[in-house]
Amino acid sequence: MIEKTEKLTFKDITSPFTNGIINNNATFRLVLGTCPTLAITTSASNGIGMGLSVLFVLVCANAIVSILRNIIPRKVRIPAYILIIATFSTIVEMVVRAFLPDLYDKLGLFLPLIVVNCILLARVESFASLNRVIPSIMDGIGIGLGFTFSITLIGIVREFLGAGSFFGIPINSIISAELPMTFFILPAGGFMVYGFLMVIFNSVVDKIQKSLENRNRVNLGSRSVNAHISTPEIDTQGGK
Amino acid sequence: MPYWLYLVIGGIFINNFVLSRFLGICPFLGVSRKTETALGMGLAVIFVMGMTSIITFGLNLLLKELNIQYLQTIVFILVIAALIQLIEIVIKRFAPSLYTALGVYLPLITTNCAVLGVAIMNVTELATQNIFTSFVNGISSGIGFTLALLIMAGIREKLEYSEIPEKFKGFPITLITASIMAMAFTAFAGLSF
Repeated sequence: MIEKTEKLTFKDITSPFTNGIINNNATFRLVLGTCPTLAITTSASNGIGMGLSVLFVLVCANAIVSILRNIIPRKVRIPAYILIIATFSTIVEMVVRAFLPDLYDKLGLFLPLIVVNCILLARVESFASLNRVIPSIMDGIGIGLGFTFSITLIGIVREFLGAGSFFGIPINSIISAELPMTFFILPAGGFMVYGFLMVIFNSVVDKIQKSLENRNRVNLGSRSVNAHISTPEIDTQGGK
Repeated sequence: MPYWLYLVIGGIFINNFVLSRFLGICPFLGVSRKTETALGMGLAVIFVMGMTSIITFGLNLLLKELNIQYLQTIVFILVIAALIQLIEIVIKRFAPSLYTALGVYLPLITTNCAVLGVAIMNVTELATQNIFTSFVNGISSGIGFTLALLIMAGIREKLEYSEIPEKFKGFPITLITASIMAMAFTAFAGLSF
């Protein structure tokens, strides 16, 4: 646990945020919260609605748990966390029901089920209960945005292939007569799109990370060579 | 056909919890490596879902009486968490052999959305709502979950020995397998009457 006197560095605040979007991406990396990921991604706008609801609950729950982390006894922590999460998810449910009735109808059962979304309990338990308030809030925002991005992506793909539209705008006639393929709106299509997108996301992220590492290594290497030896022969070797 | 039979067939095949309603996907992906653990988890879920259905049905009547239905989610999840703790203690005391079989899975069930899902469904979606239909719905949904989990575990045991592209190992191939299973289960929609 971090001491109270210790000052937060810039990195303490930004790294939970970026990690939450890429390295700890809830959908493609941690594979948490899969139920709403598959169930409500029949359209892209559902994905945004669900993602933002989870984002709100996660940020609030992370903040509260982080504030109370030294007060909640270890033995009853799980029920306490669930109660905190349930409070915020009820707030979201009521707000969405009042102001966005269309979204409420579409998300249906999965709005109250945010309570048992494993993303929330996992982040609260593994991050917020061990860290200070501001990093916890940043972690909540990062994970929430990562989740929103991922399920919106799945939603876009499924909606495009299955219903032939993009955020509700029909475009099937422009692309091909083969669209829409109803398969992708069915449950089976959800599993398949999720599986393939997971492979693509992880391959792309791995490749980018590897190339970044290589570039860093090359930069460091050439700098050290230049620092130690400054004869022209070595420079030409470096150029080769 | 009596309504309860419709619920049984619907819960197990037509509206299978995992493959058609997408509830309880986390344990479906997480605990489906071996058939034995899958069976243990499945039995624990059936048991908890049956109990939860009865208790939350009564609670819902109370909430309706007091006109505080907006507290539904909080009350249900707390009752489920408490119930699971209670079941754990009772089983540990009176049926130690059952405890060694189910013990590990019981705490995991608290965050299984299938349990809360069936509790909410019982009070929102069922056509005739009484304690019997709730119980039948809970049990048959649990059996549907167990069926999907067992089939998946059987397939994954075989997958261990097959050649899979490096990037597809783990979750992606499991999801694609689930997709094919879901395709098969889509055919049960023809049974709807």
